Amino acid sequence: MMDVAYALKRFDFLGKEFLTWLWYAVENQADTLRHIDPQMASLEIGNRLVLQNKNQQNNETVTIRGDSAGMEEGVLALRKGALVAEMNLIYRSGDENWHFSLKGETLDPSSVKLPETGRVETSDDIEGAAIEKYHLYRRVVDLVRSLFAHFLEQRLDSQWHTGVLPAFQAWINTKEG
Amino acid sequence: MGFFSSSAAISRYRVEGQTEGPLLETVREGLNRYLIRDIDQQAEERTIGWTNVDRPYAPSFEDSSFAIADFFLFALRIDKKSIPAKVIQKNLAEATAKRKAETERDFLSRSEKKMLKEHVINVLALRIPATPSIYDILWDYAENELWLFSTQKAAGEALESLFSKSFNLSLVRLFPYTMAEFHPGLTDAARDLLNKLTPCSFAKRDGS
Repeated sequence: MMDVAYALKRFDFLGKEFLTWLWYAVENQADTLRHIDPQMASLEIGNRLVLQNKNQQNNETVTIRGDSAGMEEGVLALRKGALVAEMNLIYRSGDENWHFSLKGETLDPSSVKLPETGRVETSDDIEGAAIEKYHLYRRVVDLVRSLFAHFLEQRLDSQWHTGVLPAFQAWINTKEG
Repeated sequence: MGFFSSSAAISRYRVEGQTEGPLLETVREGLNRYLIRDIDQQAEERTIGWTNVDRPYAPSFEDSSFAIADFFLFALRIDKKSIPAKVIQKNLAEATAKRKAETERDFLSRSEKKMLKEHVINVLALRIPATPSIYDILWDYAENELWLFSTQKAAGEALESLFSKSFNLSLVRLFPYTMAEFHPGLTDAARDLLNKLTPCSFAKRDGS
């Protein structure tokens, strides 16, 4: 395996491409996402989306915030070649909701808000509470891993350029914000 | 931002290697060997060690409460004394004046100034208590995975170093490239493609 520090820089684009694909998948491929995670009721874009366009001509960042924010600026940035650098997501399963954010650089979950769990009142409660929390965190970590694995298989397939990208481009060219 | 907090951030690692003895005993031994030490009465400015999630200021791994189901739950503690620059400046000015008076000189050599500053910092470090920072850790040994409940670079670097010393195992940071490398379905041909991958344009067709 190549040097970790070098790989972080060399493959900086991979996580951003994944988040960009994920926006498309969230809006167009709900059945595929449910196939990847059969326990998923839905996956939605949350209250924060950051897009970056870094090339020789541009170094532009667009941040969309708020629960009812419009996506016009984001769509426009995508059309100009930006990628999603950061995304807040809402994952629903059964009656429970998970809120978390992902940055393209690491895909580490941050601002993770788990479904409500029982309060830890005494030290005797810790073991049970820890097991409950672990399973709730595990859902987020496994979801990200499964989604990324699906993206990776597509990204490394020849269909990426002939099937996936054209479908994505058709979506952003027709999508209203 | 810890394991039990209402909002958390997680840095993910893969655990590489095998322990020589039984896992539970090896981990308990490593945790005890590098248990956080109190430096409040010491001249040390910084110390790093393991502690418990539920009693971070009274650490002990004598019982097995850190082993839960298929994971270990413990914490990294970094104690650091932050002496304000102006406090150092004031005490150094006083010590310099005193030394000049004692030696009946108008100046101090560069090495004398350096030694005096080190002495002043050591004396202040004895008087100033360390500020603890606690980072919860969940080690899922069934999955060879470890979660650090922080995304701070300094915490990650301290963890990687102390983990290696304590358990003779190494941690590999998980991020898109390493996630791909560890993907069990990755064939040799796919790995070759991955290593040659370059950015593609989502905005228009290209040939990459």
